[in-house]
Amino acid sequence: MRPRLQLLSEDLLERIVDEALDLLATLGIKIQNDNAVALLADHGATVDSESGRVAFPESLVTEAISKAPSGFALYDCLGKQTHDLSGDNVHFTPGSSGITVLDAGTGEMRTPVTDDFVRFTKLTSRMQHIEAQSTAFICSDVPEPVQDSYRLFLCLLYCEKPVVTGAFTIESYALMRDLQLAVRGSAEALGERPLTIFSACPTAPLKWSDVTAQNLLDCAADSVPIEFVSMPLAGFMGPVTIVGSLVQHTAETLSGVVLSQLANSGCPVLYGGSPAAFDIRYETTPMGAIETQMIDCAYSEIGKHLGIPTQAYIGLSDAKALDAQAGLETSMGATLAALTGVNSVSGPGMLDFERCISMEKLVVDNEICGLTQRLIRGIVPKDDFPALPLFEEMLREGHLLIADHTRKHLRSEHHFPGPVIERASLPRWQAEGETTLGERAHREVVRHLEEYEPSRVADDVKKDLVELMTAEARRHGLDRLPDRESQGDSEA
Amino acid sequence: MEILSQIASELQRGADDEVRTLTKSALEQSLEAGVILEEGLLAGMQVVGERFRAHEVFLPEVLLAARAMHAGVEILEPHLGKTDAHSRGKVVIGTVQGDLHDIGKNLVGIMLSGAGFEVIDLGKDVSPEQFVETARDSGADVIGMSALLTTTMPGMKKVIALLKERGLDSSVRTVVGGAPVTEKYAREIGADSYGFDAARAVECVKELVG
Repeated sequence: MRPRLQLLSEDLLERIVDEALDLLATLGIKIQNDNAVALLADHGATVDSESGRVAFPESLVTEAISKAPSGFALYDCLGKQTHDLSGDNVHFTPGSSGITVLDAGTGEMRTPVTDDFVRFTKLTSRMQHIEAQSTAFICSDVPEPVQDSYRLFLCLLYCEKPVVTGAFTIESYALMRDLQLAVRGSAEALGERPLTIFSACPTAPLKWSDVTAQNLLDCAADSVPIEFVSMPLAGFMGPVTIVGSLVQHTAETLSGVVLSQLANSGCPVLYGGSPAAFDIRYETTPMGAIETQMIDCAYSEIGKHLGIPTQAYIGLSDAKALDAQAGLETSMGATLAALTGVNSVSGPGMLDFERCISMEKLVVDNEICGLTQRLIRGIVPKDDFPALPLFEEMLREGHLLIADHTRKHLRSEHHFPGPVIERASLPRWQAEGETTLGERAHREVVRHLEEYEPSRVADDVKKDLVELMTAEARRHGLDRLPDRESQGDSEA
Repeated sequence: MEILSQIASELQRGADDEVRTLTKSALEQSLEAGVILEEGLLAGMQVVGERFRAHEVFLPEVLLAARAMHAGVEILEPHLGKTDAHSRGKVVIGTVQGDLHDIGKNLVGIMLSGAGFEVIDLGKDVSPEQFVETARDSGADVIGMSALLTTTMPGMKKVIALLKERGLDSSVRTVVGGAPVTEKYAREIGADSYGFDAARAVECVKELVG
């Protein structure tokens, strides 16, 4: 049996959806993009030209829900399937869109540059339990207009895993599409084998900006998977209650579902989000708050109920260092997400809400992901019945260390984490240098970077990627892309 | 030699039947027993040991490899000269007097056999006299003592004192271990070595015998 978390009763879930449908039909959504408004108007939505709000008739919404696929696959840069985003499958991806990195040498959260991104991407390529990569943070050494596409460019150059990403402007989508086409070869191939997921974020409350609405339409047209990232802030830009925040999240997300399915019926989408409790004491949006995680898991239940695969920003931490808080918040989130069956979990590696990426934390979180994957494989009998023969063998042999049963099931029944998780006896731990978690994690980062193997994407494709990116950077006044050869690990 | 590396690799897989057959063929090819032992069986065991320390393989794999090694050694035994070290040494083990815990001690015994040592396991609640007399009569190289309780730990000290009293402390070395035992305590009571876990205990015995 797959263990499962359920937070909403069926009655409550249906009531939340009904209330959201009522909001959509009555208050509507403010949409600041003419193409989106025209598309909706063509399909029976009522546009109030004065307020810019578009009312969605219930039938429009339910029809879109029925058209959205119940799952889709992702494929890596080599065209191999890596993800089955359907059912209760759980896939982890690093947190994304950070603006700082935690420097393991100084302990400072600082502004990242290209070298940081290359190292992070190389590290991600080595994380066994993290199946996607993400455009995890912004490089400050390229001009602002290319900061979004530049991240995708580096991802595609250094790591074969599919990419969770997003565009910051309407214009940059074109290059981000071209970079994907360079890898896949043609628009048809890209449509058949999606390589990326693009975030499209409505603005709380009940609004789509020009940029995010247009990005959504562009992705849908190309059948590039979209994750809707609705972000109600409970008690500030959203009702203080979890139920109220869920109503808002449902309305905002369903408006995205409608837009995507009108633009391209059947295009792949994730019922995602990044809601948060609002901590009024500090004026912050704690991602580690239990209420944040409860909203995440509950909306994922709603998405599943509607037959749409889900995503959440969960399994990350508000801590400012790789400390116990980082571990507890990340573990709790990842565990709850796994038990809920969130299909794409964005979070590993992140600290300081959604601001900071830590390489060392990614290594630790990779272990957390491994543990949760074991958890959801559940408890299944494996040659355990009848029990008598095995116990007779144990009494006869004195132990079961080399029993056939042990040999057959040891490695599948028990998950063995990597060396960052300390399980040695105290004397052995002392004999091996009395290392802290941070030290072991750093050692692993160094080892993974040393053992990194370049992406097997063909050299001429890599050359195309560089040419595309260089031309775009030139258009924005940068003659030469920053040096990409990682200088190695200065702290090692 | 092709066949020697085959023996080594089958041994790493824990395939005792294959190791037995290959060892026989190696003898039929007129290879020296000592060479087969060193460059086939022990070479394979060496790799297993290294992979075990690197956490690439686990205890069951080590024990299976050891079983395969024994299978090969049995075939070689009649052909081995006196100088060939086909048994790495003899170890008397037990839980000290008054202590009835033996899980850790059993693990040490299993692993010592796996590493090619001859093990005489006296069980639990073993008196100092039993330890010392068995070691003397059997010509053992090492006594390994285990305790789980702080109240029974002093039994280790008594064994070491008795060895000294009988003038055996230079020929029979001692290894101690168990949950309450520390490196410091081992030093204080004059033990030759301290194994903080079963794998380390085997290393200790190797160091003392080697």
